[in-house]
Amino acid sequence: MIDVSVAYNRYKFLGHEFLTWLWFIMDSDQASIIKTENDIVSLNMDNRIVIENSLNNRVENIRIKGDDASLEEAKLSLQKGGVVTELNFSLKVGDHEWKFNIKGESLNISSLKPPETGQITKKEDVEGAVLEKIYLYEKVVSLVQNLYTRFISMRVSSEWDKETVPCIKKWIKS
Amino acid sequence: MRLLSSSVSITSYSVKGEIKEPLIKAITEGLKKYSIKDIDNAPMNKSAGWTCFDNPYLPDFETSSCIIGSYFVFSLRIDKKNVPSKIIKKYYTLEVAKKLAESGRENLSRNEKTDIKESVSNALSLRIPATPNIYDIIWNYEESSLWFFSNQKAANEDIETLFSKSFGLTIIRLFPYTMADFTSGLSDKDRDLLLTVSPTKFMD
Repeated sequence: MIDVSVAYNRYKFLGHEFLTWLWFIMDSDQASIIKTENDIVSLNMDNRIVIENSLNNRVENIRIKGDDASLEEAKLSLQKGGVVTELNFSLKVGDHEWKFNIKGESLNISSLKPPETGQITKKEDVEGAVLEKIYLYEKVVSLVQNLYTRFISMRVSSEWDKETVPCIKKWIKS
Repeated sequence: MRLLSSSVSITSYSVKGEIKEPLIKAITEGLKKYSIKDIDNAPMNKSAGWTCFDNPYLPDFETSSCIIGSYFVFSLRIDKKNVPSKIIKKYYTLEVAKKLAESGRENLSRNEKTDIKESVSNALSLRIPATPNIYDIIWNYEESSLWFFSNQKAANEDIETLFSKSFGLTIIRLFPYTMADFTSGLSDKDRDLLLTVSPTKFMD
């Protein structure tokens, strides 16, 4: 295994490609996401996206934020060769909603808001509340892991260059 | 960051290695040995150690269980004293003036100035209580996985060091390469291919 800090910097592009691919499949193939975990209703981009574009040795970051934000500018940035570096998601399972953010380079999950849980009124409620939260966080952590497993298996296969990349290119141009 | 908050951040880790039985005793011993040391009355600026999830300000691993369901649940506490630089400068200037007056000299040597700065910092750090930050941890021993409820680089580095010292195990942060290598179930051939991948150009 290569040194961890070297691996972090050298392969962070995989995280950016993962998020770019995720935006593509959320936009064009929701059914395949629903198949990843059987109780998912939907996984969508929520209200924030960051795109990084390296032009002439200069790195430009475009942040689009807000519930009614237009994604045209984000798409335009992809057309100029950008990749998604951060994405905010809304996950729906049954009647419940999770919101969370993923940073591509680290795959860290931040601002994770699971569905509301009951108030803790007694000390005896704490253990149950912890287990309930773990169950709710696990939904997001395992979804990200499963989607990444799917992505990376495809990424190291010939399917990536032959089939997936042409489809993503077509989608970016659309 | 506390795991029961309405919004959390999670850094996922893979745990490498195994603990010799009895497991619970070994983990409790590690937590006790490296539990947080209070520095309010010590001339120190930082302390990092384990604390109990349910009683982070008065940790006692003898009476408090670190097990909930099938998980080990405990917390990392990092206490830090931040003496504002302007306060250090004020007391340093006063101390230098006092020393000059006492000695009748016009200047102090570099070493004398360094000593004064250090002694002023130590004296002030005894007067300022440390600010505690608590970060919860969920360790699923059976699955060799651990969630740390913070994405802060410094806190992540502290848990990685402390975990290794306490339990003799290594925790590896899951980022794009390590998640692919350790937890994505790639074959040996695919793991070799992973080493050769280069960035994709989505636009020509």
